Amino acid sequence: MNSINDRSRDIGEFKSMPDDDMLICRCEEITKGEIRKAVHDGMWTLTEIRRYLRTGMGLCQGQTCSKLVKGIVARELGISPAELEPATSRVPMRPIEMKVFANEAEKLKEAN
Amino acid sequence: MKNTAEVIIIGGGIIGCAVAYYLAKRGVTDVIVLEGSDHIGNGGSSRNGGGVRQSGRDVRELPLVMYGIKNLWPNLSEELQVACEYHQDGNLRLGKTEKHREILTKLANNAKGVGLDVRMIDGDEVRQINPYLSDEVICASWCPTDGHANPLTTTLGYYKMARKMGVRFISGEPVKELRLIKGRIRQVITPNSIYEGESVLVAAGLDSREILTTVGIDIPMTNSLLECLVTEAQPHMFDQMLGTAEADFYGHQTKHGSFVFGGSSGLERYNKDNGMVSNSSKTAPCICRGIMKYFPNLANAKIVRTWAGWMDASADGVPAIGKVEEINGLYVACAFNGHGFGIAPAVGEQLAKLITTDTTDIDLYDLRYDRYKAKI
Repeated sequence: MNSINDRSRDIGEFKSMPDDDMLICRCEEITKGEIRKAVHDGMWTLTEIRRYLRTGMGLCQGQTCSKLVKGIVARELGISPAELEPATSRVPMRPIEMKVFANEAEKLKEAN
Repeated sequence: MKNTAEVIIIGGGIIGCAVAYYLAKRGVTDVIVLEGSDHIGNGGSSRNGGGVRQSGRDVRELPLVMYGIKNLWPNLSEELQVACEYHQDGNLRLGKTEKHREILTKLANNAKGVGLDVRMIDGDEVRQINPYLSDEVICASWCPTDGHANPLTTTLGYYKMARKMGVRFISGEPVKELRLIKGRIRQVITPNSIYEGESVLVAAGLDSREILTTVGIDIPMTNSLLECLVTEAQPHMFDQMLGTAEADFYGHQTKHGSFVFGGSSGLERYNKDNGMVSNSSKTAPCICRGIMKYFPNLANAKIVRTWAGWMDASADGVPAIGKVEEINGLYVACAFNGHGFGIAPAVGEQLAKLITTDTTDIDLYDLRYDRYKAKI
């Protein structure tokens, strides 16, 4: 948390790799190459990667790909995956229909 | 690395990133942006509903946002080389009662007064524009030049380009104090370092107040919670930005197909949040109930994610933007009151011009930081 991160640190040039077109986030169809490029665009935290590319923003909310994304980003930055904080998990735990979610309160009498 | 720069920007949100980008575009790349959290764009910049609208705004901020929509938004994706997903397909602000009609008519008339094309339409005309709206909607204000965009890619797009052009960004550096040297702003102090700049811009959202207090400037603002939710991708339905007179929800359908809706429960001020920015279990269901009254056929759409964010609410509901007269070299841009996203490109461009040339194209006098006065 709150560790100083100078985004001008040199992480080298982006070099394309033979497996860059491998799908990593299946829900949003994001490839390994896109994730690696995003790191070179300056997205150095998993939260930034997620907001920039939509990895982990689909139906599974990252339950499938978040570890893979973490590994790719860490390798690109030359740091240990343990140094990267996971993106925040968000309510609800599973996708839920609006009409069901709305049942949180008893139906009010006509308010207007 | 050196800790001095021509300009130091406090706050790596969309305002800070946009000012950095437009400074670099003007040839000023000796700029350091200090972000307090671990992530660029981590406050309101990534948590808002994506509105790029003029209608419903206070007349004091209209000239800026109208300037941005005319001159900056149309080419922003090309300029930043990201998909900003900007749509200019109009804003419907919906009403269900006569009281709503009154509120909307007043807002529309104010905006017309400064030259904005916005007019009242009745329920049938509303449903011609958006056939999915329920019969409960009896009127709306319609502003055809309003729209929406993607706050995440736009904010990070400004960051990406500014960084590429040579601006230095440092995250995890929360600013605690400003210090004058020889009567002029000079030092920016964090728990770990002292940075020095010729000019300093404070664009740190809510935290701006505490930072500015250290040099005797106080902008009366407080926090106000905003919550949003997003659905799974749906078939394409409509491209307008939506709001309501009652402010029970607002939102749009994104390029991705999901719907992003924001709203409130009315209990925000009394949430038990333990000082963290977090969702209340009451709010998202409340937003859902609001949405279903307007869009009955979204009842089966699944919510996949919810989030919350702080708005920096000022005493009179509009931002403080410009030069601090009594401290040479100090500038502010804060208190955007939850509608800072759409106006951000214009603020960024004009502040970069102000810092480099001491002039602006849009008069910022009505948004000056010291306008707040007691009522008597």
